[in-house]
Amino acid sequence: METLNFDLDKKPLREVNQFLHGDASGLNGKSVVIENPNGAHSIAVGLKSDVHVTIKGHAGYYAAGMNQLAKVTIEGSAGSGVAENMMSGTVHVKGFASNAAGATANGGLLVIDGDAGLRCAIALKGADVVVGGSVGSFSAFMAQAGNFVVLGDAGEGLGDSIYEAKVFVRGKVKSLGADCEIKTMDAESKKILIDLLAKSGHKDVSPDSFTQYGSARTLYHFHVDNAGAY
Amino acid sequence: MSDDKSTDTIHKTPQTTPRQSATFDAYTNSEIRRSAATGIYDIRGGGSKRKLPHFDDLLFLGASVSRYPLEGYREKCGTDVVLGARFAKKPIHLRTPVTIAGMSFGSLSGRAKEALGRGASAAGTSTTTGDGGMTQEERGHSTTLVYQYLPSRYGMNPDDLRKADAIEVVIGQGAKPGGGGMLLGQKITKRVAKMRCLPEGIDQRSSCRHPDWTGPDDLEIKINEIREITDWEKPIYVKIGATRPYFDVALAVKAGADVIVLDGMQGGTAATQEVFIEHVGIPILAAIRPAVKALQDLGMYRNGKNSVQLIVSGGIRNGADVAKAIALGADAVAIGTAALIALGDNDPHLEAEYQKLGTTAGAYDDWHEGKDPAGITTQDPELMKRIDPVKAGHRLANYIAVMTMEAQVVARACGKSHLHNLEPEDLVALTIEASAMAQVPLAGTNWIPGVTKF
Ligand SMILES: Cc1cc2nc3c(=O)[nH]c(=O)nc-3n(C[C@H](O)[C@H](O)[C@H](O)COP(=O)(O)O)c2cc1C
Repeated sequence: METLNFDLDKKPLREVNQFLHGDASGLNGKSVVIENPNGAHSIAVGLKSDVHVTIKGHAGYYAAGMNQLAKVTIEGSAGSGVAENMMSGTVHVKGFASNAAGATANGGLLVIDGDAGLRCAIALKGADVVVGGSVGSFSAFMAQAGNFVVLGDAGEGLGDSIYEAKVFVRGKVKSLGADCEIKTMDAESKKILIDLLAKSGHKDVSPDSFTQYGSARTLYHFHVDNAGAY
Repeated sequence: MSDDKSTDTIHKTPQTTPRQSATFDAYTNSEIRRSAATGIYDIRGGGSKRKLPHFDDLLFLGASVSRYPLEGYREKCGTDVVLGARFAKKPIHLRTPVTIAGMSFGSLSGRAKEALGRGASAAGTSTTTGDGGMTQEERGHSTTLVYQYLPSRYGMNPDDLRKADAIEVVIGQGAKPGGGGMLLGQKITKRVAKMRCLPEGIDQRSSCRHPDWTGPDDLEIKINEIREITDWEKPIYVKIGATRPYFDVALAVKAGADVIVLDGMQGGTAATQEVFIEHVGIPILAAIRPAVKALQDLGMYRNGKNSVQLIVSGGIRNGADVAKAIALGADAVAIGTAALIALGDNDPHLEAEYQKLGTTAGAYDDWHEGKDPAGITTQDPELMKRIDPVKAGHRLANYIAVMTMEAQVVARACGKSHLHNLEPEDLVALTIEASAMAQVPLAGTNWIPGVTKF
């Protein structure tokens, strides 16, 4: 496989992103390595071809934002909003992720090996998010669709006002948000979980060690008795 | 001891005329009864319905001995606007300063969106998507389409981002600054639900804060991300509801906005709580000058390539309003409610149907219920058929043309060869309130409350 190296100490990010937005025919299957990212924001955002990008270090905000098709690996940690609004492809953070990781992502897979901050998978719209460590408070807030797997613990208000997304947590949950409840894991959900564990490098983790959470669907329609929850 | 009733009546204390309370007026009382019966707040569409200080409280000083006017029709009075030339490779060029405000597909039918696109394109102006994503109806028929980037991110995707001509980051709306979107079950049809990735028929409450940034420092990084995704081609607007316009505009500009959209409390909404519409935010009249001052203080006001444009909205109805908004410092205006009326919303010819809904033409505002007899604020497939996108689009184009010509009439009378040459010095105020808010003198005096001594 052909590999291209960009050094952000020498080349402006604008040029690197512009290159990565090039015609898919020229990028599909190519490997691109980005060196000296040094926490720059918006690295590898808006990709739309099956290119493999490796970021050799820490990324700032919105790394791989709105990703389509590409496989992006961040060898360090990622700032806020990594893979925000991703449509497809894979984003793998080998370190930690800050707040709002995978926010509003519609498709694709986000894997975070370490912990993630507040509001992980907020307003998730269909993507799969797997966190090897723990997640902060208000994660899966208003999550609409998709699957959210946490191998560690979850903070306060997990799944507040959640819609149809599925949440699986192995560790402790500090508290559940409004309208979020424990679900019994059915065969279909278990299959999703097993599949995601395998895809994210946690093949040996037992699906039975997880508890599933989802919407109690009591806030789907305005009702006077819910006034305090709105 | 008399049992003669007639003499009894004569000697009784005279009755006073029954008097309704100004405080507890008929509408207020009906609202109390409605609340008592239902236990839930009132939700409606439209903007503030109370009388507020507005553009009607301002007048133009036409040219006379001290200044000379331009000849109507013969001498040129330009109306074109360039928006977002600060960073974008492809700024927006419009033939008229009257733009169409963001109104979501979902709140409006697909055919209404198509009509807006057709009308605006014919008139040489832009339309704006809304909370719920971009539809083919609108992209296909709008020459210039502004794509909204909202807290809910419903329907947000990079393909549509690239298809847009400009991107509008929505922080708030004049009707509900600090509030999120709302779309009730009747309008969450299969298509709307799919675009928003929600279960069909639920009462959608969308978030009021963006999911992946908080505060102006983050906004700067967010704007930069959108520029990177779209290769710095498109202008980035930031829309704010009018509350603290000086600070909000200054922060948005520092965060990198190319264009500020400032929406006053008269601005319409598809649906929100009545209490929000009537009691949060300030009238557009009070918001324009502080916004312009912020741009001036930052050196970004009409300063060549280094300019940030200001679009204002909230109760714009005619060419006089357009001219007044521009004279106070706006570069362009946006219309929502007025555009819907031009398409046929609240039309008296549908009076019988409005009566059936317990309302009357002009007052119909239960847009969230999706029963609009005009086929505009609905997702009902039968009702939708009532709007003919070609004819309605034509009416909208006519209306925008009239507004533009009216603004030109005023500008020529003031001796201006371009609408943008109108200035606050061309205006006076009819009321002390309007004088203070718009910072133009009370008619016949040199007095601007808060600025000069009486
Ligand atoms: C039916 C309707 C739907 C609207 N939807 C949105 C929206 O999705 N996003 C938004 O920023 N503003 C929305 N607005 C507000 C308009 O963009 C605009 O701020 C307002 O209509 C301007 O005031 P005017 O109605 O007095 O012209 C909506 C307004 C109406 C009437």
